[in-house]
Amino acid sequence: MRKLVFILLGILFGVVMYKAEAASWFRIFEMFNFQSFHMYGFIGSALVVGLLGVQYMQRNKSKDVDGKEIVFHPKVKSIPRYLIGGIFFGLGWALVGACPGPIFALLGAGVYAMLIVIVGALLGTYLYGVLRKYLPH
Amino acid sequence: MEAIYGTWPWYVGGPLVALIMLALIKLGKTFGFSSNFRTLCSALGAGKSCDFFDFDWKAQRWNLLFLLGTVFGGALAAYGLSDHQVPPIAENTIGILKSYGFDSVGKAYLPTELFFEMDLKNVLLLLIGGIFVGFGTRYAGGCTSGHAITGLSELQWPSLVAVIGFFIGGLLMVHVFFPLIF
Repeated sequence: MRKLVFILLGILFGVVMYKAEAASWFRIFEMFNFQSFHMYGFIGSALVVGLLGVQYMQRNKSKDVDGKEIVFHPKVKSIPRYLIGGIFFGLGWALVGACPGPIFALLGAGVYAMLIVIVGALLGTYLYGVLRKYLPH
Repeated sequence: MEAIYGTWPWYVGGPLVALIMLALIKLGKTFGFSSNFRTLCSALGAGKSCDFFDFDWKAQRWNLLFLLGTVFGGALAAYGLSDHQVPPIAENTIGILKSYGFDSVGKAYLPTELFFEMDLKNVLLLLIGGIFVGFGTRYAGGCTSGHAITGLSELQWPSLVAVIGFFIGGLLMVHVFFPLIF
């Protein structure tokens, strides 16, 4: 039953990313040219709703569906890994015009070239795993 | 029906994504799509050659189900809830893209010149783009879902650093490398 919920949430996510065009290469290009409010409104409104929801849960010490208290794990504080890693991801995001979620939504939408991107992303992830100890974090 | 078959406005898309994140939190999980790449590497046996992938990936099966749903969702959106959806891109952007030779702008959902003409250049560009996405998300510990939506919603400043990095990278690609590539 729980498994079905995760699949259904994924379906909703895929539909939304496609229909609101966060999965469109053109929209990402437009965003990085600051020529439309669309993507900024998308991320901004997600943030407003997300922020309100998370703050509400934190203040009320909300519990999850299994009755366990919801804990928010603080991320390790550092600059290099987030900045350098972020720049690499940004380069890829702009080039393929899709972040990881939309890559898979587009695969479902019949853009089979995304299989090449997925193979690349798995290679890139593996590369990070191998090089991790040599990289500044 | 146009409301469903056309472009969904940002004020519908953004809040829905936030609600998906909140639902995952309520289910005791976190919204982070790019972790799936690490999980898939581990499931493919990468743990044998690299300890970064030597973990109990089966505990992440819920996220692989979410990924599977995302693929179905993309299919449902494109084949069931769209009638040849074309993003209404800004006029200026259309001009720039046409100067790069992307004549499909304003006629297709994404540039057919890049995604449906599989010559060596395109295969290499998509492969390299994918490598950047995989390497960068794992190095930064998350992508748009984990940092820009979840991390910022939790007011975590490392996520703000990551998002600033995303934009530096994106701006570099579009304004410095695109004129060299296209």
